[in-house]
Amino acid sequence: MFYGTDLTSRLMLGTAQYPSPAVLAEAIAASGTQVITVSLRREGPGGAGFRDLVAASGCRVLPNTAGCHSVSEAVTTARMAREVFATDWIKLEVIGHADTLQPDPFATVEAARILCDEGFEVFPYTTDDLIVGEKLIEAGCRVLMPWGAPIGSGQGLSDVGALRRMRAHFDGVPLVIDAGLGAPSEAARAMELGFDAVLLNTAVARAGDPVAMARAFGQAVAAGRAAHGAGLMEPRDMAAPSTPVFGLAVL
Amino acid sequence: MQILLNGAPVETAARTLADLVEERALDATSVATALDAEFVPRALRPATSLTEGARVEIVAPMQGG
Repeated sequence: MFYGTDLTSRLMLGTAQYPSPAVLAEAIAASGTQVITVSLRREGPGGAGFRDLVAASGCRVLPNTAGCHSVSEAVTTARMAREVFATDWIKLEVIGHADTLQPDPFATVEAARILCDEGFEVFPYTTDDLIVGEKLIEAGCRVLMPWGAPIGSGQGLSDVGALRRMRAHFDGVPLVIDAGLGAPSEAARAMELGFDAVLLNTAVARAGDPVAMARAFGQAVAAGRAAHGAGLMEPRDMAAPSTPVFGLAVL
Repeated sequence: MQILLNGAPVETAARTLADLVEERALDATSVATALDAEFVPRALRPATSLTEGARVEIVAPMQGG
C-alpha cells in the first residue's frame, strides 16, 4: 500500500526522454504501469498534448521535484505540482551533487518534514542510508525510495547488501527502488529482494524499442514479485543433488 | 511595466498575476504560478499585484522521471 493506494502493477514509469509522445503512450500501456512520474517546467508549446496524454493513460501521476537543489525550491515546486496535478503525492528529489545526482539527505529530510506537515504524501528519493531513512519516516514519510544506482546510469543495484539491510530494517514500510536500473533482470532482482516497487525511466525511454522494453520490465517486475511471494531458496556453497540418490542402480 | 517572466524580461500591462495568465492566453487551471520564488495558489492570483521587476514563474506539466 502506497499511502492507502494498492497497486497491482509494481512498476512506476517515468515519462521523459522518449522518441515521441506516441511511443511514450504505447510504452505506458505495454508496461502495465499504474503510476507515471511527471514534472513541472516553464510553460511552453506542447504542454496541452502532454496533459491529454497523461489523462488518456488512466494512470495515477506522481509529480516530481527533479532538478531542485534546495529545500525552498523543492517545497515551492511541490506546492505548484499539487495544484496543477490535483494530487497530494509528490516524488521529493533534492539533489545534492550535480555529477552523481545524489540526493542531499539533510535538505531532503527538511523538505519532507515541511511537506508532510502540509498534508503531502511524500515519496522521498533517498540513498540506502538507514539513518536517513529513519529521519524521513520521523518526518512523516510512509514510503521510501532508495536509489539502486545513480539516476540514468543503468548500473542496476550497485550495493545489494545495503539494500538487503534496508529491506530488513524497514519491515512493513513500502520501499521503492528508484533510479539506476538498466535491465529488466535488475528490476526482477529488486522485487525478489522484497522491494515493493521499482521506478525507472531511462532504461525504457532509451532502449532500442522502448515499447518492447517497457513490456519486458513489466513482466520482470511481476516475475520478481511472484518469486518473492513464493519464497526463494537459500543459496548454498556446495552442490546438492536434485535427483534422488535413493534407488540409484549399482552398476 | 517590465517583469521577469520565466527568466526573460517581458513588457506587460497586467496588474495582477491573474491578468498576466490571461494576457499570455494560458489556461488558468493547467498552470501553476510563483511570484518572487513563492508559490501563489490559483485563488490568490487575482489579489496578487505585480510590481516593476517582479520575478514570475509560470509552469505547466511536462515529462519527468
